[in-house]
Amino acid sequence: MAVSRKAKDSVIRIAFLVTALSSIVALGLIMIYLFIEGLPIFEHVSVIDFLFGHLWYPTSDPADFGIFPLIVASVAVTLVSSALAIPLGVMTAIYLAEIAGPRTRGFFKPVVELLAALPSVVIGFFGMVVVAPFLQEAFDLATGLNLFNAAIMLAFMSVPTICSVSEDAIYSVPAELKEASLALGATHWETIARVILPASLSGISTAIILGMSRAIGETMVVLMVAGGAAMIPTSLFSPVRPMPSSIAAEMAEAPFRGDHYYALFAIGIVLFLFTLLFNIIADHISEKHKQVGAATL
Amino acid sequence: MKKLAALLATFILVATSAFADTTVKVDGSTTVLPIMQKMVEAYMKANPTVKFTVSGGGSGNGIKAIIDKTTDIAMASRKMKDKEFALAKEKGVNAKEIVVAIDAIVPVVNPANKISAVTLAQLKDLYAGKTTEWKALGGEGPVVVISRDTSSGTYETWEELVMKGEKVFPGALLQASSGAVVQAVSKNKNAIGYVGVGYLDASTKGLTVDGVVGNEENASSGKYPISRDLYLYVNGEPTGEIKKFVDWALGAEGQKLVKEAGFVPLKKK
Repeated sequence: MAVSRKAKDSVIRIAFLVTALSSIVALGLIMIYLFIEGLPIFEHVSVIDFLFGHLWYPTSDPADFGIFPLIVASVAVTLVSSALAIPLGVMTAIYLAEIAGPRTRGFFKPVVELLAALPSVVIGFFGMVVVAPFLQEAFDLATGLNLFNAAIMLAFMSVPTICSVSEDAIYSVPAELKEASLALGATHWETIARVILPASLSGISTAIILGMSRAIGETMVVLMVAGGAAMIPTSLFSPVRPMPSSIAAEMAEAPFRGDHYYALFAIGIVLFLFTLLFNIIADHISEKHKQVGAATL
Repeated sequence: MKKLAALLATFILVATSAFADTTVKVDGSTTVLPIMQKMVEAYMKANPTVKFTVSGGGSGNGIKAIIDKTTDIAMASRKMKDKEFALAKEKGVNAKEIVVAIDAIVPVVNPANKISAVTLAQLKDLYAGKTTEWKALGGEGPVVVISRDTSSGTYETWEELVMKGEKVFPGALLQASSGAVVQAVSKNKNAIGYVGVGYLDASTKGLTVDGVVGNEENASSGKYPISRDLYLYVNGEPTGEIKKFVDWALGAEGQKLVKEAGFVPLKKK
């Protein structure tokens, strides 16, 4: 007996619904768990003291749970690495999509994407044994394990994301937009700056935010090359201790369901809220600059 | 059919009893872990009927597990705190402490550094952030202080024996493992760090503390000021397989493996 088309249709619909739901449920459970394990710390420390305290001595007696230097370090590392990665990533993308010939493009795009496949521990190791001594020599620093080194390594990791996502966005700008611009007598450069970039702004901003999310959440690299001093950085070359590296370094030794353990989960909550904020901003921007048709520019 | 069921039942009974009382769970300190892994491997080779599962969740987790009776042996690189002993008693666990090895913590500098000796007081000033130039000790350049994470057992020992109640200043670079400390010190001529005696090699230079070389001999005789015991904790007086294993670990064979893992064996009685 043949199954009716309607029945087949609804089976497929349910299959997709279940798949989609299961990822949402997984995310929801992780979130709930994060909050269950993180919130108890606020019975001992006020939210203000936790977020704005300057001292992080989780195992002393009495313990200090102030994560302000950790937050500042995360934000600083993310901003500096974005300052390095955004121009690099976006300009490479423009070059690949608009300027390079098809053969150059066919060669360089996979190479850039391969950079994304490098394990972060390899990049961290490179930063530790090659870049750190170099920075120390070149700038006559006390230590090469610092904010700047971490930012360079993170930029390394976010360039491929930023580049390949924006390249796709630029590449998919409708050809008639470009042709219209050129037909009006605009040069290739003017077309890129005035037509193609604005038209792909939604995709490019999504790419940038994705790259920044990667930088703020990345653990291995900052654990290895940021230096790990829980102090508010005073210069580009201060050693810092971003939030993910604190969690990774200390979770193994924190007594299960002790204050320290709760505090580390609370840092996880802060990190989660940061990435959530990033995603909301990305969504907002891409919605605002959404290209719905060739005529909307 | 009935016969088959009976056979199956006996089989399950035998199988479970063969496994049930001979699996020993070990959890805790990542410092003690390499010793324990070596010991367990050798012990299981000699006694194929005993099964060990070893995991390193940190001293805190190991002690928590022994209090909650979710592990048979806890490894710890620090002594159980009074609070933890009290909690154990409350839950009906009589935690028994066994010293399994000794660890000497040695301050290390880059081989390019001229300094080769420090005093405990100088170390304290360095780690409190009071001494910021090597000039004060007869060297040159700024001091870069490298420490283990505040939650590491090695750090806790350092805080107790060197800092004596003071805190390592927040400007110290914290590294997540002893290997990372060695790596950082070997790459930075201004750096000072501290590691267990097992991590000493040519890439860094160990300093004498108060004139005593941090080596096995001085650590086990107690002459070296920054040494600590490494512990196992069990629930109550050990019996059966656990007792056999503990006796073996404290004996000549086990202690030879302590040395192989890079730590200091217990003094021979």
